[in-house]
Amino acid sequence: MFNTASTTPEKILQMLAALLLFAAVMGVILFIAGRFGGKRGDKVVAYLYLLPAVLMLAVGLVYPGLRTIYQSFFDAAGNAFIGFDNYHTIFTDKDQLTVLRNTVFWVVVTPFVATAIGLVYAILVDKSRFESFAKALIFLPMSISFVAAGVIWKFVYEYRPDQGNVKQIGLVNQVIVWLGGKPIQLLIESPLNSFLLIIVMIWIQAGFAMTILSAAIKAIPDDIIEAARLDGVNAWSMFRKITLPSVQPTVVVVLTTIGIGTLKVFDIVRTMTGGNFDTSVVANEFYRQTFNADNQGLGAALAVLLFVLVIPIVIYNIRSLRRSEAS
Amino acid sequence: MSTATPVTTPPLKAEKVTAAGVAKKRLSSPWASIAAIVIAVLWTLPTFGLLVSSFRPERAIKTTGWWTFFSDPTTTFENYNKVFGEEGGVNLAAFFVNSLIICIPSVLIPMALAALSAYAFAWIKFPGRNVLFLMIFALQIVPLQVTLIPLLKIFVSIDITGTFWTLWLSHATFALPLAIYLLHNFMREIPAGLIEAARVDGAGHVSIFFKVMLPLLTPALAAFGIFQFLWVWNDLLVALVFAGGGDEVAPITLQLANLSGTRGTAWHLLSAGAFVSIIVPVTVFLLLQRYFVRGLLAGSVKG
Repeated sequence: MFNTASTTPEKILQMLAALLLFAAVMGVILFIAGRFGGKRGDKVVAYLYLLPAVLMLAVGLVYPGLRTIYQSFFDAAGNAFIGFDNYHTIFTDKDQLTVLRNTVFWVVVTPFVATAIGLVYAILVDKSRFESFAKALIFLPMSISFVAAGVIWKFVYEYRPDQGNVKQIGLVNQVIVWLGGKPIQLLIESPLNSFLLIIVMIWIQAGFAMTILSAAIKAIPDDIIEAARLDGVNAWSMFRKITLPSVQPTVVVVLTTIGIGTLKVFDIVRTMTGGNFDTSVVANEFYRQTFNADNQGLGAALAVLLFVLVIPIVIYNIRSLRRSEAS
Repeated sequence: MSTATPVTTPPLKAEKVTAAGVAKKRLSSPWASIAAIVIAVLWTLPTFGLLVSSFRPERAIKTTGWWTFFSDPTTTFENYNKVFGEEGGVNLAAFFVNSLIICIPSVLIPMALAALSAYAFAWIKFPGRNVLFLMIFALQIVPLQVTLIPLLKIFVSIDITGTFWTLWLSHATFALPLAIYLLHNFMREIPAGLIEAARVDGAGHVSIFFKVMLPLLTPALAAFGIFQFLWVWNDLLVALVFAGGGDEVAPITLQLANLSGTRGTAWHLLSAGAFVSIIVPVTVFLLLQRYFVRGLLAGSVKG
């Protein structure tokens, strides 16, 4: 039951066995919980209900996290203690600095552009006849994998050499040729390639921004809008003085959520360039150092860096939520 | 902790005015429409191009752009036959099965565990409740990357590497913080009187959980379930680390990523493969969009 299943019936059997085992564990917990009653029993029931989740989180999340922090102070093989050397490498090595630069590009550009497009689009299609269809078009990229998104866009950026009657099959290069230019090796030219990868993330995240912001826009009280309208406010000041201030707390949440997601982006880079041609980002570099370059220490330090970078964004998020709660 | 940011969608009425609606009207409608159409086209075109390509013959894909399809429409299912077939080593059918096998327990297990935990946090008083809840809430921000290598070592030491168990256990664990938080928020909104009435009637926590909570919880469970399903189906990182070694348990995303890495110009395979991999999440999404959006609003707007 704990072996590798290789045929489809075996796999299905193993899955059913796992689900049965899980159901049995749940059954035991509920059976024991059922024997306790009254105020004193309450505590026992609570701990029983929490036991499996807390156990899994402790073994699968807390311990590994602490272990990785510890490991980040060790060398490539994980044997010798080297202090902050791995962190020193991240901030001084030429390749690692490129990784950091790219990560900054990603985290600064993606949230703002995706949120801006999402907001504009939400306003444009609001109350239109095709609202739900129009929204679904923008939203669909959110449901597919980053890998599939990477494949879709790699095809858009495809390059064919500029010789004889070789025709372009990628849309971007074809447009360049139609406009009289020469085709470009889009995914190889740095730093252009990083921005082209960022477009893929924007393509995915704009739908998220649109959905959340659209809900916020629809929640603006009607009387405010009516009053402004009677005052003869024009479209631009309606947007600036009513819409934007009303959705501002939501905008902050959307920006930070996309920012955190972007920080961890890995699949897009790996699928489209493999991190080559100066396109690597921290999350991809973590994987490359750990598994391809066999440098566990540096890999661990990059993972910890990722964690450290998330924290200020989350704190900012919570603080701005508190502020909007207070007002 | 739960800020009730106003996000509930009011019922749509044609004549209702909204700020956006007014802004749009004043923006002289034709321009607004054109801008919306331009964005919609830009967003759809990349996928559409690859979809058209997946039905074109290999030679045509490699020598002409997909837009020539409209002047020279030749279609074939050959690409789909190839990615499903065992010849050529693509064999997506097997990976498709793997993805399903990975997804089902990875959704059900955290769902059940989180429902129990959320119930304890929401409706039972016990020492350390707030501290423990805060800790689990905080775990949401831990990036997976931080946990992968030590977790892999644990799996090696208990000898389950290369099996589905590694993926089921890790996906289930990673999902718990968000799941507990989401379900807890939802459970808190259920009126306390309902629980008290059941207690007065002599019901214990087990029967309250099953008879009162679970039926009311269905929309929240659905929202989390879709969330988790899309996450697991679309995951690459966890699969690479724990199932990267063998094809036996690798999901479809992994095979697609490998295909893109090793045969990056085999567009006839990549195009068909990409669509096979996205057909399930897109269908799930379109059918259950309502729940998905609700989960999205609850998960990110509440903070």
